[in-house]
Amino acid sequence: MSKLRDLLTQSKDVVYTAEFPVIDGGGMEQVKKNVDRLSPWFVAVNATDNTAAHAHASNVSVAIAMKQHGLEPIMQIVCRDKNRLAVQADMAGANLHGIENIALLTGDDVTAGDEPETRRVFDLDGPQAINVASILNAGTYLSGRKLSPAPNFFICSVENPFAPPHDYRIERALKKHRAGAQMIQLQIGYHPDRLEKFCAGVAATVPDLAIIPSVVLIKSAKPLGFMNDKVPGISVPQEVIDRVAQSADQAEAAYQLALEQAKHALSLPGVRGLHITDFRHDDTLERLMYDLGRTPNQYK
Amino acid sequence: MPKLLNLLLAVEHGMKKPVWDCTMCGQCVLHSTGMTCPMTCPKTLRNGPCGGVREDGHCEVKPEMRCVWVKAYDRKVSLPLPTVWKEHYNDLRPPVDMQLKGTSSWVNLITKRDQQTPAGWAKRKEETGAH
Ligand code: SF4
Repeated sequence: MSKLRDLLTQSKDVVYTAEFPVIDGGGMEQVKKNVDRLSPWFVAVNATDNTAAHAHASNVSVAIAMKQHGLEPIMQIVCRDKNRLAVQADMAGANLHGIENIALLTGDDVTAGDEPETRRVFDLDGPQAINVASILNAGTYLSGRKLSPAPNFFICSVENPFAPPHDYRIERALKKHRAGAQMIQLQIGYHPDRLEKFCAGVAATVPDLAIIPSVVLIKSAKPLGFMNDKVPGISVPQEVIDRVAQSADQAEAAYQLALEQAKHALSLPGVRGLHITDFRHDDTLERLMYDLGRTPNQYK
Repeated sequence: MPKLLNLLLAVEHGMKKPVWDCTMCGQCVLHSTGMTCPMTCPKTLRNGPCGGVREDGHCEVKPEMRCVWVKAYDRKVSLPLPTVWKEHYNDLRPPVDMQLKGTSSWVNLITKRDQQTPAGWAKRKEETGAH
């Protein structure tokens, strides 16, 4: 049973999601620590799939571990490293373990990672992978071969309304919705005008597609400059970098920026919650949640 | 017949390679993508741009190249292409059939081989209407 789906389809509650830290060390102890930190605030948390093109403990294994520790996973499947057989195997494996929330992503390129010499796969693209999840939900693999019991996936996806061609991002979100996506998390972005246009355009056509914009917690202006220079698809306007860089207390200015972004995003049509990316790893996460009117364990 | 097929293959490649950098995927979608070949996208995406398009409209993977889908969208908006082609722009295009690589898309179009999709895909398309 997916609590995420229930909240989105049967309530008006605001949904908060986050990213589960990658697991390279610390074993199950580390999994438990992460769960303890995240579960008071989030209804479901993304189990990533070789995020940023680095190898880590696998999406399926982390999703299972999270579930065992009582935190609902949103299991990502990325098209970069897996052909259509492997993508479907991940889905069938999730189904076997009762994992219902899955997120299908095209994925960033292998050049973003620490093994750029690897082969890029992209046998499917994001919208095709979403459609494949819908096909599995109907009780067969892509080939038509039976899969029983049929999964009951709550299908999620990701879109980047901040990257060109901006107008086309709305059409692409609608295409993902036609393929079967019911929730769409947005990439990190610092152009409120683009976000407004995207949400208005999507909500006007498919009001039931839950839009979940991202908010990032950082400590200073440095990561803003880094994202702008080094991460394709993210642009941070100079005024935004200056606003934090020229402040006497950068950590505070960065926090106020995030809080402002969060409140603005929540006011937009179609937005049903927020995805919090925490690069600070201090008590700011709690502060943000309290400032947004949340208290711990509201989803329990 | 094989001779004719080979001739068609040679003519198609001879025409499409210089203009679109054709890789002979055998299932041509140029008409529905603003006459821009999605197989020249380093991720071979057939359903629109990835999230990594740079602020200047260039490619995440090859910063010196304009994103194929930025180009395609510009052309779809600005070129006087037939309306039916533009209507197909937002179609959910099926996964590439790797068995058709190196064959002539012209022949596959005539024989409708390029419209064959796996049974599960075809069934969903039938049930949900045109994508
Ligand atoms: S930026 Fe455009 S051309 Fe480059 S990989 Fe992404 S979709 Fe393909």
